[in-house]
Amino acid sequence: MGNFHNPEADLDRFRFRLGFAAVFVLFAFCLLLGRFFWLQVIQHDFYQTRAEDNRIALIPIVPNRGVITDRNGVVLAHNYSAFTLEITPSRAGDLEETITALSEVIDIQAKDRKRFKRLMDEAKNFESIPIRTRLSDAEVAMFAAQRYRFPGVEVKARLFRQYPLNNVASHAIGYIGRITDRDLKWIEEAEKQANYKGTDHIGKNGLEQHYEFELHGETGYEEVEIDAGGRALRSLKRIPPVSGNNLSLTLDAKLQEITELAFGDRKGSLVAIEPSTGGILALVSNPTYDPNLFVDGITPDNWKELNDHPSKPMINRAINGAYPPGSTFKPFMALAALEMGKRTPGQAISDPGYFNFGNHQFRDDKKGGHGMVDMYKSIVHSCDTYYYILANDMGIDNIAKFMGSFGFGQRTGIDLGKDDLSESKGVLPSQEWKRQRFKKPEQQKWYAGETISIGIGQGYNAYTPIQLAQATATLANNGVMFRPHLVRHIVDTKTGEKRLVEPKPIRDLQLKAQNIEVIRRALVGVNKEGTGARAFAGAPYEAAGKTGTAQVYSLKGAQYKEGAIKKELRDHALFIAYAPADKPTIALAVLVENGGFGAQSAAPIARMVMDYYLLGKLPAGAAKDDPAAIEEEHEE
Amino acid sequence: MIDVAGSLRRAWQQLIAHIDFPLLLITLAIMAVGLATVNSATIDSSHRMMSQAGNMGLAMVIMWFVSRLPPQKLMSFAIPLYVLGVVLLIAVFLFGIKVNGARRWLPLGFTRIQPSEIMKIAMPLMLAWYFQKYEATLKMKHYLVAALLLFVPFALIAKQPDLGTALLVGSAGFYVIFFAGLPWKIIVGMIAAAAAAAPLLWGMMHDYQQKRILTLIDPTTDPLGTGYHIIQSIIAIGSGGAIGKGYLNGTQTHLEFIPEKHTDFIFAVYSEEWGLLGNATLVFLYTLLIGRGMIIASGAPTLFSRLLAGAITLGFFTYAFINMGMVSGILPVVGVPLPFMSYGGTALVILFLGIGILMSIHTHRMLVKK
Repeated sequence: MGNFHNPEADLDRFRFRLGFAAVFVLFAFCLLLGRFFWLQVIQHDFYQTRAEDNRIALIPIVPNRGVITDRNGVVLAHNYSAFTLEITPSRAGDLEETITALSEVIDIQAKDRKRFKRLMDEAKNFESIPIRTRLSDAEVAMFAAQRYRFPGVEVKARLFRQYPLNNVASHAIGYIGRITDRDLKWIEEAEKQANYKGTDHIGKNGLEQHYEFELHGETGYEEVEIDAGGRALRSLKRIPPVSGNNLSLTLDAKLQEITELAFGDRKGSLVAIEPSTGGILALVSNPTYDPNLFVDGITPDNWKELNDHPSKPMINRAINGAYPPGSTFKPFMALAALEMGKRTPGQAISDPGYFNFGNHQFRDDKKGGHGMVDMYKSIVHSCDTYYYILANDMGIDNIAKFMGSFGFGQRTGIDLGKDDLSESKGVLPSQEWKRQRFKKPEQQKWYAGETISIGIGQGYNAYTPIQLAQATATLANNGVMFRPHLVRHIVDTKTGEKRLVEPKPIRDLQLKAQNIEVIRRALVGVNKEGTGARAFAGAPYEAAGKTGTAQVYSLKGAQYKEGAIKKELRDHALFIAYAPADKPTIALAVLVENGGFGAQSAAPIARMVMDYYLLGKLPAGAAKDDPAAIEEEHEE
Repeated sequence: MIDVAGSLRRAWQQLIAHIDFPLLLITLAIMAVGLATVNSATIDSSHRMMSQAGNMGLAMVIMWFVSRLPPQKLMSFAIPLYVLGVVLLIAVFLFGIKVNGARRWLPLGFTRIQPSEIMKIAMPLMLAWYFQKYEATLKMKHYLVAALLLFVPFALIAKQPDLGTALLVGSAGFYVIFFAGLPWKIIVGMIAAAAAAAPLLWGMMHDYQQKRILTLIDPTTDPLGTGYHIIQSIIAIGSGGAIGKGYLNGTQTHLEFIPEKHTDFIFAVYSEEWGLLGNATLVFLYTLLIGRGMIIASGAPTLFSRLLAGAITLGFFTYAFINMGMVSGILPVVGVPLPFMSYGGTALVILFLGIGILMSIHTHRMLVKK
């Protein structure tokens, strides 16, 4: 370049620049090769994984939930296959349009749409999502005829939980429902997230919840190849799911059903236990509900009805209802007195019909008193004065210590609900309890006068029917205590192995045999010549029992007249019993809310249960109200 | 007796007189790879291999015609082609139709054309002609005029906006100016000025403009938009490994994860199935192509043919480098096809125009000297 032109120099310069360009080209290509080396050799594993992740989707296969059967193999909870109408969003095109068009063929309600929307948010778009469940055969046929109109919509068979006995044992079995945020947290805490991929139901209550991780099973997987649009192209591998373990219960479904029928429309609870194992034979909380309502998501109307019903059917009274035990507490008080040396069986008191403490008079039910009362008579005729004095002699902390060892005021650890907190503790009153229960210093102090009514199962006393049944079973089993439980064994579906639940006693109270014998004789006396005699008239076996009446409403000195007060304020009727008295195979506690006298409403239920369990039949002429017999029963 | 064999041989020799066999063989080799890859990329859906083979045939016929034109004839096309190109670009600016937000196409009633493609050849042709014309009296002002000739079409294309094509057209023009002897001082000065101006420009930009540029540089900041494509393409390359997943076995390709897989991103398809080994082979073939082009440029007898051959050769490099660089994630994504590999008739025709010109320059060099 310049003012003069030199072709040779120009050519040289051109060639030099060409050479420069060539070097630049080589440099740039080396840069590219370096990049390729980095990606394809050094980072290869990383990108290999990314490509595999792109390509492969794991579709969970939900396992069959374990089956629950009673002690005789009667099915209480199982799964049945039903047709669902499902949409695979990635293949269906416009979802709104599809659903609207579908609703012209098959009934699709607002709640179905709502559920679909919710499931959609949770699912991946290559999974199919149910828009309608439980199609009838007619509906399946109707859809099949129009199927060509709906790409990405298909009828699938899915498993649904079903409780074939409907209301029977609903509080024991519980139910499953859709997984909520709270359930998710539970799953996370148990570190089971992986196993719950694809699962949308979980135990909400009762056994279904307690044994959730046994019943659930192991989720299987199908590895499918998917394209960039999320469409599944082909199956690469299938790991089948393992069905959940089955539960075989100690419960007797027939006994349970008969007991529930015996309650009729009365509110209350019954817990029957096999004393030698702690296995629960019947666990009733009345009224019941139909767990099938919950499986597919309960409708708001049904939920409202169950929740707002005055008799509170959703509450499991057997483990969550705390009631004063009334006179059913007396045999345990008597045993405490014997064990602690506070009384001998023959030691008698004179009962004037009341007990004065300070300036307060504690009255007996029987006007004028029972006269001379020893331990046997105190139980058979349910003498209050005997126990006022006894309680005063023993003192609250001694009572609490002894009753605590029988499980009163403590969670039994029954296998219901998510954890121990699903069960109520009740109240075992003591000085310590009162200190912790109340805030104001003047309320925290225990007054000796408060001990008196504790002796007859009133006052602060409040126990759950399961605690009362456990204590009765422990008494029947000579002080050897078992944790009450509903599951006899878990059948492992993988190995077929039967895992027994709780075969060992949790505690031996080391009670003296002669003391237990004193109580046993008195309890047998109750059913022969005392407050339970009418209910157990003609029983071909010897049954030990004790009636009880728990005050709901303090009458402040007025005479209790059943007809005169509202039903909700009537006393609760209780009855505890075990039979055969010499070698008990069943022990139970019955509570009838607002049932009045225990002998009248609670004892006949116990008789029915025992007859059925021991004899396989119901009592002939089940005891009817007979005014002549009532006088004796009023003595509780 | 008529010498049938002899006349046939002469006819054949006449036919191939202006074919440069090394160049032809190299392009045929790259095209064979390209054809196989187009087949793999479209085997699941559109089956484009035969159509691409047709494009190649047509483009090679055009190459054959061009190779027979002497460079003097080519020079006579410079001004008309350039003027036509600029006029059409202005027409696009005024009447062009928008496709995907860019105004690139000019409707002609029966069809529509993309005038920026013409510029890929017209630009170096024009500038080479210009420098040839003032070869004896080359002064600084001629570089300025050349820069202006370069800038007008460049700006029109960039405005469409079509950054990829603007870059290719601009670089083709720049190569001519560079080979014509643009002083190093000015080149270095321009680079320095650009580096200095960048932060200033950056500061003057709106947030959304800055964001757009950032996504261009680092696509992972927009993983659901443009970033998704480049990420999938890098996964395809990386998962190909040293020797690839095997022909027709690329999962990224056949499960539709790679976007534009038979056009701009065809390299990802090739790279996934043939691995580093395949990539090195392809880069080697491009190096041979560029090497042959440089030999032709180096031996070209006139300034015009030299500049044109050099610019066209570096053009091939630019196409290949930008495409492979963007698909492997070291360059921003701009719409540049991979030469002789990507599916598309227009691109092939332009490429073979270039090949034809190179052959013409090479096979006419002796005639010029005489």
